[in-house]
Amino acid sequence: MIEGVSLIEIMSLTTILFFIGIYGFLTRTNLIAMLMSLELMVNAEAINFVAINKYLSPNILQGQIFSLFIIALAAAETALALAIILHLYRLTVTVDVKEVEELKY
Amino acid sequence: MMNAFSYIYLIPLIPLLTFLFLGFTAKKIKEPLSGYIGTASLTAVFGLSLYTAYKYFFEIGLVNGKYQPVTVMIKQGWIHFTDKLAIDLGVLIDPISVMMLVVVSTISLMVHIYSLGYMHADTGFSRFYAYLSLFSFSMLGLVLSSNLFMIYIFWELVGVSSFLLIGFYFEKPSAVSASKKAFIVTRFADMFFLIGILMIGYFAQSFDFETLNSPATYNTIQGWIAHHQIASFMGLSVFTWALILVYIGGMGKSAMFPLHIWLPDAMEGPTPVSALIHAATMVVAGVFLVARLYPLYFHVQDGYALRVVAVVGAFSALFAAIIALTQEDIKRVLAFSTMSQIGYMMMALGVSGFSGHEGLGYMAGMFHLFTHAMFKALLFLTAGAIIHAVHSNFMKDMGGLNKYLPVSSAVFLIAALAISGIPPFAGFFSKDEILTAAFEYNKFIWLIGFLVAGLTAFYMFRLYFRIFFNKQTHYEHPPHEAPYSMLTAMVFLGLMTIISGFIPFSELVSADRMPFHSAIEWGDPLVIASILMGLTGIGVAYLMYYKETNYPKKVASAMGVWYQWAKHKFYMDELYIFITHKIVFDRISKPIAWFDRNVIDGFMNLLGVTVEKTAERLKVIQTGRMQDYAMYFVSGVIAIVMLIVYFR
Repeated sequence: MIEGVSLIEIMSLTTILFFIGIYGFLTRTNLIAMLMSLELMVNAEAINFVAINKYLSPNILQGQIFSLFIIALAAAETALALAIILHLYRLTVTVDVKEVEELKY
Repeated sequence: MMNAFSYIYLIPLIPLLTFLFLGFTAKKIKEPLSGYIGTASLTAVFGLSLYTAYKYFFEIGLVNGKYQPVTVMIKQGWIHFTDKLAIDLGVLIDPISVMMLVVVSTISLMVHIYSLGYMHADTGFSRFYAYLSLFSFSMLGLVLSSNLFMIYIFWELVGVSSFLLIGFYFEKPSAVSASKKAFIVTRFADMFFLIGILMIGYFAQSFDFETLNSPATYNTIQGWIAHHQIASFMGLSVFTWALILVYIGGMGKSAMFPLHIWLPDAMEGPTPVSALIHAATMVVAGVFLVARLYPLYFHVQDGYALRVVAVVGAFSALFAAIIALTQEDIKRVLAFSTMSQIGYMMMALGVSGFSGHEGLGYMAGMFHLFTHAMFKALLFLTAGAIIHAVHSNFMKDMGGLNKYLPVSSAVFLIAALAISGIPPFAGFFSKDEILTAAFEYNKFIWLIGFLVAGLTAFYMFRLYFRIFFNKQTHYEHPPHEAPYSMLTAMVFLGLMTIISGFIPFSELVSADRMPFHSAIEWGDPLVIASILMGLTGIGVAYLMYYKETNYPKKVASAMGVWYQWAKHKFYMDELYIFITHKIVFDRISKPIAWFDRNVIDGFMNLLGVTVEKTAERLKVIQTGRMQDYAMYFVSGVIAIVMLIVYFR
């Protein structure tokens, strides 16, 4: 329990954060920016886990452990995504998704 | 008793192994080694066959005045249909199978030796010997089979080897179509054969020859027929129909009218093949089959099926003899002559009785099979030597060959005298006994046989005089006598033709397996008449063809349309083409093909086109842009969440 802050407020914050991420992912064409938007979404979820755990069942630590997992996963995923982006740049000399649309009908 | 013949499975096995060996190494083993291998293996088979014949006929076969059949069982209950009905894998040794062993191995060995010379420098030399071994295996297996199913298996195997050998010169379109024709026509007949076998198996509950031919079986069937306990169709019991169907299979293989059309075309194969398969061994398989099931044929419904055999045989004999009068290709004359002589054998079986001296026809049919194999193979081999010398099949390219080919001329004369029924050559004895048996059975059938004897003598001597005498043709290269390998085989068969008539056949082969005594009565008017008939045929041929005369042309024009009909083989080929093309193809196959192409295929095409069109519309959503996909995904998730919230 955090004094003066209700669960609704925290979840509103994370929802806003999540949709900022979605908006960024859908509108930005730079792969690095898209990756950053993805991170925002992941982080919103991580906050959700911690907050819900704290408010609904404070004696069990599952949610917090999960958020740790999410952070680790996000780090791994970022490393992987950056490697792919780097490789893509070597091949096409661009990190813009609009320039790479080979896989279509 | 069983163990005395335990080596017997070697007889078909040796040629089979030779076939596999030569077949796999045909590229590596060259002429003449492959020929020597094939000949050596057949020599072994020949030796074993003669040993078997000696042992069976003179040592252990005859028990209590009757030749006992010996069965060497390789596997009891090889294939089970039901608890009672099973196919065994075994070898049946009885007088006719031993006789056929001797015929097949003798002719096959002679053809192997002959081909060393005839097929010399042919690119397919090793392949030829491999096929010959395959054929020998199948034919020996056929004669030794102990039940109907085994005989059917080998029956098809000889059909395949015949197909392969007719189409041996596969770069020649005529040979290819001839081999196809032979295969399809005989297969068509074999369909009836198979139905007949299954019917016999169903009603008699056995495929085994010994069981089928036992009095217990045919008496039971006869009892059913007498008490109407068995279905009948058109007044004939089902079992009689089964026997007729089996006989149709035999008609296909033995080139009986109307399934004879493949035999003349089969002459496209190499001549030794014609001698082996289409004169001496495979084409008599039908005769052998009827002889095999003879007790059934004779006893079921008072031998009705046997009357069919006699009528078809007699008609084919006359029909083919008439065609043979007019043919120009020497191999075709011989082919029709073969058909005519096989008709004779069928007729002999058809007119025969069963026990003792009444079984004369059966004995004579088998005897004629034996002697015919010798002299007809000899005729074909000699024809091969002539073709080898003048490089043509047609009589117009020959003439006056007597001085170039003295040995061929001599053996041809022997064989022609034998087939014309002039004593003391082999054909006289067998043919005379057939005529005697036919005379006792039915005067009309005898008359046909008698007429055919005269026609046979005429067309054989027409052939002989036109090839070896008549007009002296000018040859670019003087024809030369065949090499020794070919002459060896021809001279050996010539000797066989002279001596085989003196074999006391009735002591060895008879319908009820009981030896009886039968000898030619020289004073009998029938005997004198048949000799005179043969001499008349020869005499007429001498007048017309010994020197070049204009009699043949006069006779041909006097006969007018009949001559044309005979020359065109009574338009049987055209009739078949009419039936298959105009009726079967146009009236039946084409509508079915139309239905298949338009309705069945159309429905399938409709499905395909629909799917393709839909896909064409749908594919534009696959843009390749990652954000579009993400958009779809997010919209989808939002839509699902909204639905859940709304409907909860």
